[in-house]
This record gives sequence, C-alpha cells and structure tokens, in this order.
Amino acid sequence: MSLWEYANPVKFLRLSGALLPWLWGGALVCLMVGLTWGFFFTPDDFRQGSTVKIIYLHVPAALIAINAWFMMLVTSLVWLVRRHHVSVLAAKAAAPVGVAMTLITLITGAIWGQPMWGTWWAWDPRLTSFLILFFFYLGYIALWEAIDDPDSAADLTSILCLVGSVFAILSRYAVNFWNQGLHQGASLSLDKKENVADVFYLPLLVCIGGFILLFLALVFYRTGTEIRLRRIRALIARETRIA
Amino acid sequence: MILTVSNLTVARGGVAILAGINFVMVSGTALVVRGPNGSGKTSLLRTIAGLQPQMSGQITGAEDRIAYAAHSDGLKAAMSVAENLEFWSSVFGGPSIQPALNAFNLNSLASRRAGHLSAGQKRRLGLARLMVTERPLWVLDEPTVSLDAVSVSIFISALESHLANGGMALISTHIDLGLDAEVLDMTPFKDLAANVETSDQAFL
Amino acid sequence: MRALLIRDLRLALRSGGGFGLGLTFFLIVIVLVPFSVGPASSLLSRIAPGILWLGALLACLLSLDRLLTVDWEDGALDLLSTSPIPLEGIVSIKALAHWITTGLPLLLVAPLLGVLLHLPVDGFGVLISSLALGTPALSMIGVFGAALTIGIKRGGLLLSLLVLPLYIPTLIFGAEAARRGAQGLEFGTPLLFLAGITGFVLALMPFVAAVVLRLNLR
Repeated sequence: MSLWEYANPVKFLRLSGALLPWLWGGALVCLMVGLTWGFFFTPDDFRQGSTVKIIYLHVPAALIAINAWFMMLVTSLVWLVRRHHVSVLAAKAAAPVGVAMTLITLITGAIWGQPMWGTWWAWDPRLTSFLILFFFYLGYIALWEAIDDPDSAADLTSILCLVGSVFAILSRYAVNFWNQGLHQGASLSLDKKENVADVFYLPLLVCIGGFILLFLALVFYRTGTEIRLRRIRALIARETRIA
Repeated sequence: MILTVSNLTVARGGVAILAGINFVMVSGTALVVRGPNGSGKTSLLRTIAGLQPQMSGQITGAEDRIAYAAHSDGLKAAMSVAENLEFWSSVFGGPSIQPALNAFNLNSLASRRAGHLSAGQKRRLGLARLMVTERPLWVLDEPTVSLDAVSVSIFISALESHLANGGMALISTHIDLGLDAEVLDMTPFKDLAANVETSDQAFL
Repeated sequence: MRALLIRDLRLALRSGGGFGLGLTFFLIVIVLVPFSVGPASSLLSRIAPGILWLGALLACLLSLDRLLTVDWEDGALDLLSTSPIPLEGIVSIKALAHWITTGLPLLLVAPLLGVLLHLPVDGFGVLISSLALGTPALSMIGVFGAALTIGIKRGGLLLSLLVLPLYIPTLIFGAEAARRGAQGLEFGTPLLFLAGITGFVLALMPFVAAVVLRLNLR
C-alpha cells in the first residue's frame, strides 16, 4: 500500500471522511487548551505586559501562512509530474486558508506592534515579506477563478506557484538587503525562540499544534468540496453525452 | 510523402468528441472533412496541425509540413497586403510573394492596407499566405467562408495546382468544392467517442 | 525571428499605443510628482531615483496587456506556433520588442526627467545603468504574465496582480542602486544583484513563458 493510492479521489474522500472528525476535534481541544492556558494562566511579560499574549495567535498563524504555500508548491509539483487531480485540488483548497492565515498574521502583528513599537506598520523585512506573500496568494487564487477549464487552470496555477516560489525567495533576500540598507543593525523581531521563556513556550507549542490540526482539517474539508465539485461536473458531462 | 492518422482521439475541453479516426493521405490528394456544426471538425484539424494535443492515437508525417488556415487569418490591419505576405514568407524561409499575389488576384491590392480590405479580400489574402509558407500539407478550416463565386474558383484553381505539384490538403467545408477528393464523415467517430474515458473519469 | 521583431516594431510605430503610450505615461507620472509632493528641491532630489524607477515600472506594466492578446485574438499566434520559429523564440522576441518600444525610450528620456526632479548630477550614470539592466527583466517577466492571462477576458487587472509581486526584487535592487548612486554611496552590490536577477530571468523565463503559452493555445 502506498501513499499514491490516496491520489484516487474516491479513496481520498473515504480517508478524509474518517480523519476529519479527529482533526476537527483535535484542533478544537488544542486551541481551547492552548489559548486558555496562554491567555489566562501565563504571567505577564515584565516589559510587554499582557500584550505579549497575542503571540499565541500571531506565531502559529505565521507558521501556517508560510507552510501552506510550501504545501501548495509540493502538491503543484506532484500534479505537474504525476497528474494526480487530488494533489492540485489540495493546493487550490489550501490557498484561501493560507491567505486567511497571512491576514491574521498581519493583523495580529499590527495590533501587537502598535503598543510595542508605537506603530501599526513598519517596513521591516519580515512584515514586508508577509505582505508580498499575501499578494502571491491573491494572484494564485485569482488565476484559478479566472480560467474555465479545470485542467488548464490546474496547469497554469501550478506553474505560477513554482515561479512565484522562486520570486518569493528572491524577494525575501531583496527585502532583507533593502531594509538593512535603511536601518543599519536595527532588529524588530521579538518572536525569536531564545526570547521566549518556557512558561510561554509550552502553551505556544500547544497552540501551534492546534493551528496545524485546524489547517489540516480545513484543507481536507475544502479538498473534499473541490473533489465533489469536479464529480458533479463529470456526472453532468456524462449525462449530456448520453442524452 | 504520406500523412498517417491512426486511432486518433480528439478532445474538446478535456472531453473526447471524436475517436477511432484512421486515414492515410498521399501526395497530390485532398481529403474533405464533413459534419454538422459542433461535430468537432475544427478540433480535428487543430489536433492534426499540432495546435492541441490528441487524447490518444498517432499522427505521423504532419510535423513541420503544415500550413494552417482558420477563421482568423492573423492579418495586421496596419500593414499592407504585400507586407503581410512578406512577413509570413520571411518567417517560413523567404520565398517570393509574387506567385501568391498572382494566384489569388491580389496584385492590384498589394499596397493597400489589410484593414481596408473587404471580408472576401481578407480571406483571399489569408489563403494566399498558404502559398508563401511553401509547406506541402494545407490544413484548411472552412476556407471558403465569405468568398464569392469568383473567389471560390480562384481558390480552387490555386488548390488544384498545389495538389498537382505534389501537395496535400485537408479541408473542412460545408459547400461542395467540386474537387476530386475523398470525404471523411465525422458522424461515426462521434459515436465512438461516447465510450472514451474522460480526464474526469477518476472522479466517478 | 528578425522578421517577427521588425513586424512588431512596425506595428508599434503605426498603430499608436506602442512607442507613445508608455513614454507618455512615464512623462505624466514624473511631471505630476512635484505637484503632489511640493516643489522643494531637497525632497525631490531625494526621492527622484525611486520615483523614476516606479514610473518606469508602471509604464512597462501599462503596455503588457496588449503584448500577446492582439496576436492571439486575430489568430496570428496560432499560425506562428505552426511556423518554424519555436515558441521560446516567439516569447523572447515579444519581450525584446516590448523592451525596445517601452524600456528603451524610458531610458532615453530618464535623464531629462531626472533634471526636472533635481536628481544629483552624480546619480545620472547609475540611474541609467540600473534602468538599462533592470527594464529587460521587467519586459521578460511581463511576457510571462501576459502568456498566463492570454485567454482571459479583461485579463488586464489580473495580469497586474500576478506581475506585481514578481517585479519586487527587480524594483528593490534597481531603485536601491539608483538611490545609492544619487547619494554618492557604494552602488556596486545592488547593481550586481540587479544584473544577476535580469540574467536569471532572461535565461529561464523564455522557457517557462513558452510552456504557459503552449498550454493556453490548445
């Protein structure tokens, strides 16, 4: 038995049907435990006060935002090489989740940044990279929506995802270079692991786990929806051909 | 030279519309493709011209031998008739455009802008383009649309001399061209296509 | 392939919207800047390199929409793809024609507009070299975007959205080199990065754009 077996839409639906309750449940439990723990049972930071607690939303969302794109890159490659429909539909399903996570990251970052740095927005390399990532997601989703034929849409969006990934990496280095050119040595990043003490670290891990489960649940669910849409299309096509 | 099409399946939008197409063409012959609107004539011609991939089957002897002409001729309104032809001639290796101008009775229009031509004159220019490609296999999708009776006979004589020089032509048409050509009817292939699995099959 | 280039340039000259469009847009943007940010020469000379780069980028973007669509709509792309010219060659020529009709004129008028924006004298050389190195990449990336959106009705907005993030590295390094040049700082590093990106784009993008075009033609 290999992983490729689940490239069959019907088998995938059966698998996701069995997994989904566990994923939803796990996400719910982890998020409830992690967020309650983080929000109410951790001490305030001696410098940042209670504002630090937004870390429990900000960091997991940022992690998912980046890794969702990475997942789309891998599944797009699988589609281009092995032509498994489920793979590219999973990429399609992950994009809106990714864009939502990017937005959450940007918004929670702004809410966190306002009291800490005295500004909602700074052209810091990390912030800028997320803004660029946001545009990559938007372009990818818009291209899917604009093309009628699902197979050409899959091909073209997959190529866009590949090219976009290369340029995203280029942008990341360009942005680092560009900002260092403006602010020598100034570092605004507070979410480095060494800055986070153990009391904050454990509930953060639980929250990250919860976000991962939530992401998986959403992607499985949405992929299932996309598969059913294609199934309806295929059924209609068969009916009209017989008639 | 020979064009061989074996067990070809033609798709439109990912769905097979024609299947089991087999034919062989040799130099000096024409094949007329017949069928009602929407029967897949255009898709078949585009597949043979290499503009869309076949779902299955083999096409041999077509590559780099095709001169394709369809409803839109790729003419540039801002360029003159001669400039349009010269452009295509230089893309295909630079033969003289004079024989094409003569054959399609375009000499008096040579310096006129393509944008100022009538629909029938544009069509004649589009067909004259076939001659400057110097390619042996003409693939023509409804070549006589918007041509009057005189222009049709001009076209037929150009086509006949192309065939006489060892060329070949694959033509879809509604009207009878009066050509000595075999006819390929689309209807049986359409029925065969109903049994072909689509790329959506995996979802059923 | 030379015939295709000559034809594209000839069409750009004759049918308007070719040479004129990008150039006029660039002029308008640059001339309007002092009206919107004020005439203080200290401010203008500081932002001049960035504004000139931004203007050039937007002017490039403006003419991308029609780059392949015209040939696609009148069937010329179908005919070209059955011709002996490979699609990789066709997209490269399209990018070259776009650069000659858009990038090159911008390059030529940029010094003039630099004077209007009080660009420091030392900065002219670097500005021109950065534009000369960067605009070919803008054209080539633009052809990729145009190939992606070719079959889409009113694809212009989508094209801008797709191309925008792809333009960012070029813009950053190009504008950074021009800015450093204008301020008398070391500009070699961003200029080399810019050259690297352009080289990378010119080497690989024709193949990607040709694949995309082939997918869209069928």
